[in-house]
Amino acid sequence: MSNLTNLQCPLPQLDFDVITLGHGGGGLLTNKLLDKAIFELFDNEKLKTRHDGAILSFGHKVAFSTDSFVISPVFFPGGNIGELAVNGTVNDVAMCGASPRYISLALIIEEGLPVTELWDILVHVKGAAEKAGVLIVTGDTKVVERGKGDKIFINTTGVGEMNPNAQIGTDYIKPGDKIIVSGNVATHGMAIMSVRKGLEFETSIESDTCNLNHTIGHLLNEFGSQIHLMRDPTRGGVASTLNEIARDTQLGIDIVQDDIPIDSRVDSACEMLGLDPLYVANEGVFISFVDASVADAYLKKLQSLEYGENAAIIGEVVADHHNKVVLTSKIGGKRVVNMQVGEQLPRIC
Amino acid sequence: MKYLSEYRNAAEVQKHLEMLRKTVTRPWTIMETCGGQTHGLVKNGILEMLPEEITMVHGPGCPVCVTPLELIDKAVHLAQNKDVILCSFGDMLRVPGSKKSLLQAKAEGADVRILYSPLEALNIAKENPDKEVVFFAVGFETTAPANALSVYQAKKSGISNYSILVSHVLVPPAMEAILNDKDNRIQGFLAAGHVLTIMGFDEYYPIIEKYKVPVVVTGFEPLDLVQGILMVVRQLEKGEYKLENQYSRVVQESGNKQALEVIKQVFEVSNRAWRGIGEIPYSGYKLRDEYVDYDAEIKFSIDIDKVNENEICIAGDVLKGIKKPYQCPAFGKQCNPENPLGAPMVSSEGACAAYYHYTTF
Repeated sequence: MSNLTNLQCPLPQLDFDVITLGHGGGGLLTNKLLDKAIFELFDNEKLKTRHDGAILSFGHKVAFSTDSFVISPVFFPGGNIGELAVNGTVNDVAMCGASPRYISLALIIEEGLPVTELWDILVHVKGAAEKAGVLIVTGDTKVVERGKGDKIFINTTGVGEMNPNAQIGTDYIKPGDKIIVSGNVATHGMAIMSVRKGLEFETSIESDTCNLNHTIGHLLNEFGSQIHLMRDPTRGGVASTLNEIARDTQLGIDIVQDDIPIDSRVDSACEMLGLDPLYVANEGVFISFVDASVADAYLKKLQSLEYGENAAIIGEVVADHHNKVVLTSKIGGKRVVNMQVGEQLPRIC
Repeated sequence: MKYLSEYRNAAEVQKHLEMLRKTVTRPWTIMETCGGQTHGLVKNGILEMLPEEITMVHGPGCPVCVTPLELIDKAVHLAQNKDVILCSFGDMLRVPGSKKSLLQAKAEGADVRILYSPLEALNIAKENPDKEVVFFAVGFETTAPANALSVYQAKKSGISNYSILVSHVLVPPAMEAILNDKDNRIQGFLAAGHVLTIMGFDEYYPIIEKYKVPVVVTGFEPLDLVQGILMVVRQLEKGEYKLENQYSRVVQESGNKQALEVIKQVFEVSNRAWRGIGEIPYSGYKLRDEYVDYDAEIKFSIDIDKVNENEICIAGDVLKGIKKPYQCPAFGKQCNPENPLGAPMVSSEGACAAYYHYTTF
C-alpha cells in the first residue's frame, strides 16, 4: 500500500497510548476507541447506522467467505496483518468467481497493544479495502488479557456478487485442463520466515499480499466458463492445494518443476532452510484450471494484468495416477508431491 | 544460484547416466551415507533413472533418525521444566519420544523454540538471565563446530544459564559398524560432502584400506549424486578402492582447521548409542571435563525410565541398509508421517519418510 493513506490518516487525538481491557468492555472507552479509530476511518453509509449488523441487497447469486488472521509477527516485510486480513477474504470471495463488495472486520486485541500499532494496522485495512473496492460494513472489537493473544487477531468475512459468466468448481475440471499459476510462488511464507524469531536472515524478500479480485474479474469477463477452477494456495502452498484438487476430482495432476515461477532470492532462502517452496504459503498468487483450448490466450491475458506478469503454465490434469500429483524434476525424474504433514520445519543440515 | 543450477542441469545428468550405463557390467550395492543425499536421490527421481544393476542403500546419516529415544525423552523432560527454555533445530521437534514429542510438549505449554543456530540460543540465554537455556545439540560432524563454539563462548563470557544436551555422532565409526555387520552387503560409499568439509579426509583412509571399499566424497545436487555413483562404479568395475573427491568445489583434503580446533577444544570422542543400531564405540562426542558445567545431563538430574522401541519397526535394519523401508510390515500402514513409529519416518531426510513422500505412485 502507498504511504499516501498513512499521510492522509494521521493518528487521531486519543487520551490513551495502549489498549486496555476496558476498550473491549462495551462502555465509554469502547465508544471512544470506535468513534475515532473505526467509524471515522472507515466511514460509509452502511457503517454510519451503527447498528449491530448491515443490511445488504444483491441482484445476483452471492459468494460468502470468512477467514481469521493470527499471523506472527503482526508487522512483516511487505505488509501487516491489516491488509492481509482484507486481501485474504477478498481473494477467497474472488476465487468463487464473485466480485467482492462488503466485508466485516472483527478485532481481538491483546491488552497492551500500543495505539500507534493498532492505528497502523487499521490504516492498512482501509488502504487495502479501498484498493479492492470493498466497504467495511460491520465489525466487532474485543480485548483479551495480556498473554491470551498475540498482539491482535483479525477475522474478516466477505460477500460478493457472482460473475454471471462464472462456472467454477471441481466438477468442471477434466483431463487435458491446463494449470496456470499467476505469479512467483513461496514469496509470502519466506518473507514471514525471514523475520521469525530465531530464524531471522537478512533478505529483501517482501510478502506478496495483494487483492486479486480485479485481475480475476477481467479474466472471468473474457474467458467465462472456460475457467474451471481458481484457488489461492495460501497455507500448505501449491502442493497442498493441488493435492486437494486431485483428491476431490479423482484425477491425476502432472506438474513440471522447471516451469514453476519463483524469485531467485526466495529459492535461495528455501534452499538455505531446507524447505520445499511448493509447501510454502502464498498470499498474492492464484492457481487456475482452464480449458486447454484457451490456455495460451488466458496466460497472455493474465500476464498483461495486475499481479500477473510472472504467470506460467505449470502442468495439466491427466486421466492416470488418480488422486496423485506427480512432478517432473529439473533433471527429468518423476516423483509424487504429497500433501504436507504438519508444519514444514527447517532441517538440521 | 551459482554452483547450484549447474548441478541440476538435465542434459549433464543424462550424459552421466549414459556413462554409468556404459560402465556398469554387474550388480553393485552402494550406500549414500548422508540423509541429505537420500533426500536428493528420491526427490529428484534419480533412483528410477539408475541402471538396474545399481542398488542404492540409504545409510544412517540422518541425525534426527539416530538420536536415541532416551535422549528425546530427556529433552522433553527438560522442556517441561518451567525454568527451562529448550532450543532445538526444527526437525527434532516432531520426533516421537516414548510418550510425546517436543512439538506436543510445546503445545502443552513448554517453552520450546526452533532455532537455526546454537549461537542464537546463547543470545536467548543472555536475554533471559532468570531462565535456564538448553540447546538440543544434535547432529553429525557438520553441526559440531557451531555447537562447540556456543559452549566456548558461553564459558568465555561467563554465561552460566546456558547448557547443551549433547547427542553428537560421527560418520566413520558408523561406516565401520555397518561394514562389520554379518549381513553387510555394501560395496562402496558416497561420503557426505559437508561432513568432510569440516573433518578432512584423514579418518577415511584406514577404513578404505581395511575393508577395501571405494569411498567418493559427494555433494547433494542431482549431478553430484550421479557423478559420485559413477566414480564409485568405475572403481568397483576396475577392482580399485580409493578415496576420490567429487565435491572438490567445496571440500579440501585438510578439512576446516578452525572448525576442527574449536571441536577439539570443547568436545572429546566418546561411546554413543545410535537409535536402531545400539552402542558404537568411539562414535560420538561428549563435552570435555573443563566444560562439564555446560552439560545439561549433568546440570539437571534427569530421571528417565528406560524404554524399548516399538517392536514392529525395523528402523535399525533400514538405517544399516539391510532392509528397504517398504519391506517393513508397518510402512504406510500403522507407520506414516502423521503417526511415525520410528524416527526415519519423521525427518524429511529419513529413508522411510523419503520413500513415503516421493515414491508411492
